[in-house]
Amino acid sequence: MHDKGRLARLFLPLGAYLVVTLVPFYWMLVFAFRPTGSTALVPWPITLDHFRTVWTDLGFAVFFRNSLIVALGTLVVVSVFAVMGGYALARFAFRGRRAFLLALLCSQFVPGAMVLIPLFLVFKATHLLNSLQGLVIADSAFQLPLALILMSGFVRNVPVDLEEAAMVDGCGRLRAFLAVVLPQLRPGLVAVGSFAFIGSWNNFLFALMFSGRQDRFTLPVGLSYTLGEFNVDFGALAAGGVVAAVPVVAVFAVIQRFLVQGLTAGAVKG
Amino acid sequence: MSRARWTPYLLIAPTVLLMAVFLAYPIGSVVYYSLQHYNATRSWANGFAGLDNFRQMLLHDPLFWQSLGFSVRWVVVEVGLQLLLGLVLALIVNETFIGRGLARALVFSPWAVSGVLTTGIWILLYNPSTGIFQQLASWGIGSPGASVLGDPATVFPATVVAELWRGVPFFAILLLADLQGIPRELYEAAEVDGATRWQRFRLVTLPHLRDAIVLSTLLRGVWEFNNVDLLYTLTGGGPADQTTTLPLYVARKAVDSHDFGYGSALTTAGFVVLLFVSVLYLRLSKFDRR
Repeated sequence: MHDKGRLARLFLPLGAYLVVTLVPFYWMLVFAFRPTGSTALVPWPITLDHFRTVWTDLGFAVFFRNSLIVALGTLVVVSVFAVMGGYALARFAFRGRRAFLLALLCSQFVPGAMVLIPLFLVFKATHLLNSLQGLVIADSAFQLPLALILMSGFVRNVPVDLEEAAMVDGCGRLRAFLAVVLPQLRPGLVAVGSFAFIGSWNNFLFALMFSGRQDRFTLPVGLSYTLGEFNVDFGALAAGGVVAAVPVVAVFAVIQRFLVQGLTAGAVKG
Repeated sequence: MSRARWTPYLLIAPTVLLMAVFLAYPIGSVVYYSLQHYNATRSWANGFAGLDNFRQMLLHDPLFWQSLGFSVRWVVVEVGLQLLLGLVLALIVNETFIGRGLARALVFSPWAVSGVLTTGIWILLYNPSTGIFQQLASWGIGSPGASVLGDPATVFPATVVAELWRGVPFFAILLLADLQGIPRELYEAAEVDGATRWQRFRLVTLPHLRDAIVLSTLLRGVWEFNNVDLLYTLTGGGPADQTTTLPLYVARKAVDSHDFGYGSALTTAGFVVLLFVSVLYLRLSKFDRR
């Protein structure tokens, strides 16, 4: 009886959802690994031709490296700034707090597409065009507001008592933060950091606009630039997609396990 | 709360600086441009326009109203379904069962591959010659040669499903993170008091998730409203402007006709609509009182 309930309540909907989730991935894999012209549903024999085309001929090796640098840089900047700002929002009543929070929320209303023109001019003036550093800064600026909002939520979930106890025991605020709060924020940091990494990895608009040189392209730009070819060559489109997807999905799979561990361990008992 | 006056300002300073240069200044520029005739291809006619752009937009531009209408429809359908499915999904993978970790990783994985990649995947899946519908037709399900993205009758559901695919995991992740913060004791106490499963959900789970739901629907609503990459690459706003959202229209004005002034006016209008709806939403949900 109990097991039947779980089957209907858990496993049937989960299974159905998994099918819908995985079929598109599978479709991409099939296209990526089967020879052009084949319509087999199980690609056999497997060909790596599409990957060779994409990796060397289309320059995805360079795009891959660029994407990695930009995404990791964004992760570091966003994580550090978000912890600082999130802590300020959660733990201090300061003048301008509401205005700052409002600014964070409002910034989410800005369509990236339209601020591109003024942003382009800012980048030109600061000599950040065609540089990976520039992309890190732009991505960080756009990722930060959400990261800060999320992080302040995570900080608020850490009981103030813990910190106060440490401070009563003679810790300064900084030491209390590092010793007591920061370890509790680990799941929050994983969440915010992975949001930033993946957001930056997938950011298309900025990378397209701010890198006019092919050796500065990131993966999404590389994908789009060869889109004309992809209209005929679905194999290359799929292989390019796999190259771009595998790292984030892999990183995500690892992070995801840690996220679960961290979240369950994070349940505070005084 | 602390007495240290300068600490919070020091902590938010880097963020404020970044946002001022890369967000606030560009926004200001857009508002400024919206009051200008600013078309890169007709530079002789450029200059102060007053409210001309807005007058044109509100009174003489059916595509503005159509795209705004589609944007609203898109947001309501997407966010509603994403919240519903995301909540169900979060509740399911919050239960204890064998293979839960793997199930979570798989269920959440589309969220990792957004943007151009999502589009690429769905282009493959929807393409009329070798896509999934062609495959199904070869098994006798449906009719062959159907182009779901080219047919006005199917383009809306087709794009909605593609966006759901990458959007539902976002809700599921955020809600799952919040679900895990609910103290077990609350459920145990409710169970001791004889609460049914539904009562436990309604009286313990939902109130706890309230803030997360309000915030995630708001943010997602804004994102879906402003989302460009998926529709732009999947349908280009077609067929016959059927899937043109306001930002897509803006992009067309700015990129194709180089009309930065009018494009900026459209952007400003979208911004005002979002701001108004968001403030209203926060008021109604009483989120701003916290």
